[in-house]
Amino acid sequence: MNSLKSALRPRRLSRRRGHLLAGPSCRPLHTTPTRQDEPSTTHFGFKTVGTTDKEPMVQSVFSNVASKYDVMNDAMSLYTHRLWKDDFVSSLDPGRKGPLNCLDVAGGTGDIALRILDHAREKYADRETKVTMVDLNPEMLQEGRKRFKITMYHNTPQIDFHVANAQTLPEDIFPSNSADLYTIAFGIRNCTSIPEVLQSAYRVLKPGGVFACLEFSMPTNPLFRRVYDEYSFSIIPLLGTILASDRESYQYLVESIRKFPSQPEFAQMIRDAGFTTGEDKDGDGGAWRGLFGGIASIHSGVKVQ
Amino acid sequence: MSVLARIPKARIAQLHRPALAVQARRHRSAPAYPGHIPLNAFENAFLAVGSGIAALLNPRRGDMVAALGETTGHCALPGLLDQMLSSPEGRRVLKERPRVNTHTIALDTLRALPPNTFGRTYANWLDRTGVTPDTRSPVHYIADPEQAYVMQRYRECHDFYHALFGFPVSVQYELALKVFEALHFGLPMAYFSALLGPLRVNGEQRLMLVRDYVPWTMRVAAECKPLIGVYWEERWEQDLAEMKRELGVWDPPVQPKWGKRLTEADKEAARAKAAAAAENDLGAAGEHPPNTT
Repeated sequence: MNSLKSALRPRRLSRRRGHLLAGPSCRPLHTTPTRQDEPSTTHFGFKTVGTTDKEPMVQSVFSNVASKYDVMNDAMSLYTHRLWKDDFVSSLDPGRKGPLNCLDVAGGTGDIALRILDHAREKYADRETKVTMVDLNPEMLQEGRKRFKITMYHNTPQIDFHVANAQTLPEDIFPSNSADLYTIAFGIRNCTSIPEVLQSAYRVLKPGGVFACLEFSMPTNPLFRRVYDEYSFSIIPLLGTILASDRESYQYLVESIRKFPSQPEFAQMIRDAGFTTGEDKDGDGGAWRGLFGGIASIHSGVKVQ
Repeated sequence: MSVLARIPKARIAQLHRPALAVQARRHRSAPAYPGHIPLNAFENAFLAVGSGIAALLNPRRGDMVAALGETTGHCALPGLLDQMLSSPEGRRVLKERPRVNTHTIALDTLRALPPNTFGRTYANWLDRTGVTPDTRSPVHYIADPEQAYVMQRYRECHDFYHALFGFPVSVQYELALKVFEALHFGLPMAYFSALLGPLRVNGEQRLMLVRDYVPWTMRVAAECKPLIGVYWEERWEQDLAEMKRELGVWDPPVQPKWGKRLTEADKEAARAKAAAAAENDLGAAGEHPPNTT
């Protein structure tokens, strides 16, 4: 809960101000992260595909899962994804310093956007905070619209929906230096180029704006990781078969989790995009915070200048 | 006792492979045939239970019914495979692996056969019920390719039994046929359907089923030749009565009641009527009519 406040404290930050300050003791800023793709191919789960092919394949996965997305999330995580999202939003504490302009990318069915608005309203009586939900997939966004229709935010200026690619957020709709908070929950691992997403996030955020990413990661404890692997590769595709008649999409899901960079690597990628993060460790004062033994992690960074 | 001591030696060798391979499912074997999804014992049990519940809650989930059949079929399939291998005809089936779908069955040729042949009876049955030969899902969860084919063959021949006995596709006749399949083939899925299916039909249909068809079904299933080994596609021109004698089946004591007889002529008339109605709409609204086929 305090990791964000710790990240903002001036002491012991790894500052990556800009390439002008790169010195011998700092890590080189333009390093391409080691796990990242070669220019022409990337990974789609455990398969290797052309870079331009990944996006339509991800699109079709999410078009297939959209209608049962929430049900499947509940079943696969045994409802714990709700706890993670609650934790994520309450640690961000939107509304504490006044109304925010938030951007919820890969917002899909609206779990995070709704929690942000509810948190600001319930805790700070804030009805001016605005969330713009962005998703690449129109079917997922449609599920989000349906979810919002039954809430009090429907048809208010507090929520807005756009179909857009997180890597290339259009400048006319998402001007530079305009957002206070950028959230992306369980979406960034599906993007073809993570550095581009991070650069886009950096552009859109105001100075002082916060980048927060909730994403699956691999547990650090080897025994727990083994149990988690067994569960992931045995049960989850079968749950997909039984509940959604779709084994392939959920096989992709569990494989894509394994292909995502590790927590320190991802923290470095966030720093490479220009953000300031906590130290390279888990927990208080760290660049990320693990949940449930590392099954999910919350990475955060601040745009300082 | 260390964890490593409990792992079979073959898997220990796999643990030393590079990291990327370790990320993959260690003990999932390679698929044995196209469409095969290998499952270990735990996954098999999980899918059996899960698909059973899903199929009970929503019997229209054909994929779940199929999955239940495959995950529970391993007790009966070796016996069926043996039955298939026990006759020259069955051995030919297993060697040539005929499939039943619209590409392999030339319906027009069958319709041109003389009446009272098996092929013509089957073609008539398809036309009357509106069923196509394409409705059977592929096998995914059976490890042995030959047993997988036996399962596929069992599924695809279901309509042949309908044609043989002259049963329509309404629920009580489907159940009678399920009882027949349960008793004759011994597959657990057929037993589930046969036992649980009657709970979903109303009292009168259940009475009819139990009184008129089940006793007959039980006797035929016990006394006829193993139908899994029958090469139906070689028998299109065989006279139906003679085929029944040869296979050891006989007609049920009560004639199956068909619904409205929807022959080809009736379908043509219905189509013409729909087209005429669309013409009127077109004239009235000045717009394109919806696609009526």
